[in-house]
Amino acid sequence: MRAPSRSPSALLLRKLFRRRLVLAGAIVLVIIALLALFAPWVTPYEPTAMKIVDRMQSPRASHWFGTDELGRDVFSRVVFGARYSLTIGALVVLISVTGGVLLGLVAGFFRRLDGPIMRVVDAMMSFPDILLAIALVAVLGASMTNVILALAVVYTPRVARVVRASTLVVRELLFIEAARALGVSTWRILFVHILQNIASPILVQATFIFAYAVLAEAGLSFLGVGVPPELPTWGTMIASGQQFAHQAIWLVVFPGVAIILAALSLQMVGDGFRDLLDPKLRKAM
Amino acid sequence: MTRYLASRFVGMLIVMAIVATIVFFITRLAPGDPAAIMLGDQATAADIAKLRASYGLDKPLPVQFVYWLGELVQGNLGQSIFLQRPVTQALIERAEPTLFLTLFSIIIATAIGVPCGIIAAVWRGTATDQVFSGFAMLGASIPSFWFGLILMQIFAVGLGWFPVAGYGDPGVPLGERLHHLVLPSIVLGVVNSALILRFTRASMLDVLGDDHIRTARAKGLSEAQVILHHALRNALIPVITVLGLTFALLIGGAIVTETVFGLPGVGNLVVSAVLRRDYPVIQGALLVIAGLYVLINLAIDLLYLAVDPRVKY
Repeated sequence: MRAPSRSPSALLLRKLFRRRLVLAGAIVLVIIALLALFAPWVTPYEPTAMKIVDRMQSPRASHWFGTDELGRDVFSRVVFGARYSLTIGALVVLISVTGGVLLGLVAGFFRRLDGPIMRVVDAMMSFPDILLAIALVAVLGASMTNVILALAVVYTPRVARVVRASTLVVRELLFIEAARALGVSTWRILFVHILQNIASPILVQATFIFAYAVLAEAGLSFLGVGVPPELPTWGTMIASGQQFAHQAIWLVVFPGVAIILAALSLQMVGDGFRDLLDPKLRKAM
Repeated sequence: MTRYLASRFVGMLIVMAIVATIVFFITRLAPGDPAAIMLGDQATAADIAKLRASYGLDKPLPVQFVYWLGELVQGNLGQSIFLQRPVTQALIERAEPTLFLTLFSIIIATAIGVPCGIIAAVWRGTATDQVFSGFAMLGASIPSFWFGLILMQIFAVGLGWFPVAGYGDPGVPLGERLHHLVLPSIVLGVVNSALILRFTRASMLDVLGDDHIRTARAKGLSEAQVILHHALRNALIPVITVLGLTFALLIGGAIVTETVFGLPGVGNLVVSAVLRRDYPVIQGALLVIAGLYVLINLAIDLLYLAVDPRVKY
């Protein structure tokens, strides 16, 4: 991929990274992902190893981010937290994009189904994200799987709306008519020809949903209606650090900064994609 | 025009009906018998049967749904299991802090977002634009509860400028109650100004590229006149839409922020209802908030008609 090839995707990447902010976002994102991936090798302590004698130590050489109320190393916990928070975010994106693409394609392509599907989408979107997620987790029960499911349900309508809008445009293009004239089946037109042409808005939306999902998971866990407190996600760390914030502010600061870095870099990359793929903006660049 | 209004109204009713259906069935997703869950572990079989009958839970689901809808249309949101009072009453009792918090934060968010967005657009590409746009992106990445915790540590715990948490009893003078809202409103206002800033900037950039702006410049108007009289008025119309969106974000943010600052608002009510599995309260809050959202968006569409003479339906 790094080779100086002239393939369209390599050109696109070069263009994307020419903007310094986007490049910075991508680098931060890669670093966070690598840390999460190699967490056991880059952390100096086990994330759950308690050492009561060392409790509530402020940041120092032996504990870069300090220790918590049970003497656990905050740096190790933040790095392991990236594993949980990013896995949750990625799975939410995967499920909601799959669901949203299906609903949006069908709504945008089949006029008769458009009304009913979009009314339900409108109704789903009149709940504030976090409120709907809270209600869903409340009935399903608080667990990592259910948090992922609840957030996927919350974000599916957003994807569906974008996909439908793009499908409506592509559907009218000449090559679709040509494909139909050639006898290409409706399903092939939908899932190959149309999907290929609306991939970029989906990609942009997916990046943003990843950021929202990381933020929402933290919010849910903070409220005590997210993943169980014994899993070190960034949200649960802030929730349990909250009561010690007046004497050990680092318990709250570092997981929060991790959330901000992850959400910020995702949105920078998403913004870069959007500017690049929006022809109106591209001209202005 | 009348036809547009009528169809818009019918559309709203349909969406509300779907919202009600979703709310009803969400709470029925819960595994197990709602009556048993409501009564807890110590309930006897007879108690459960009695409660099932009194809530109509022994009837088939469609019958329950029709009954529930019938009550809903009359404004009856049911009875809170834990608080022993009607859900409507519980919501009204908790409305004050949430309403004030939402109102103050939307004022703060607009006061920051709109002027900064205009400046960023006018001085596009300059350092000022980069600082403002960077702030906008940062604002969208900061969890409001975290920001609240940090500000609370600095300004309430550390400097003692504001009360740490709570809201004061209803007997406390309004001024003192509002003092409790300063910090939470700043938190929500600043975080949510990001979206308004981005939107205002984009909308302003759009308008600044229009032909009529070039004409205004060509006929020798000063830059200030061009921006304030010709661009701003057009640019602010789409910004109205984002205020409706911000409302939804604010309600969500309020739920979390209220918990941080111990404000006894609707958000707090919902979170404690979730922890106690008080389903009627969850249902009621979902319905009322979604209903408000739909109404506000309808109001915004109508506002468009009033503000923009080019929009005709």
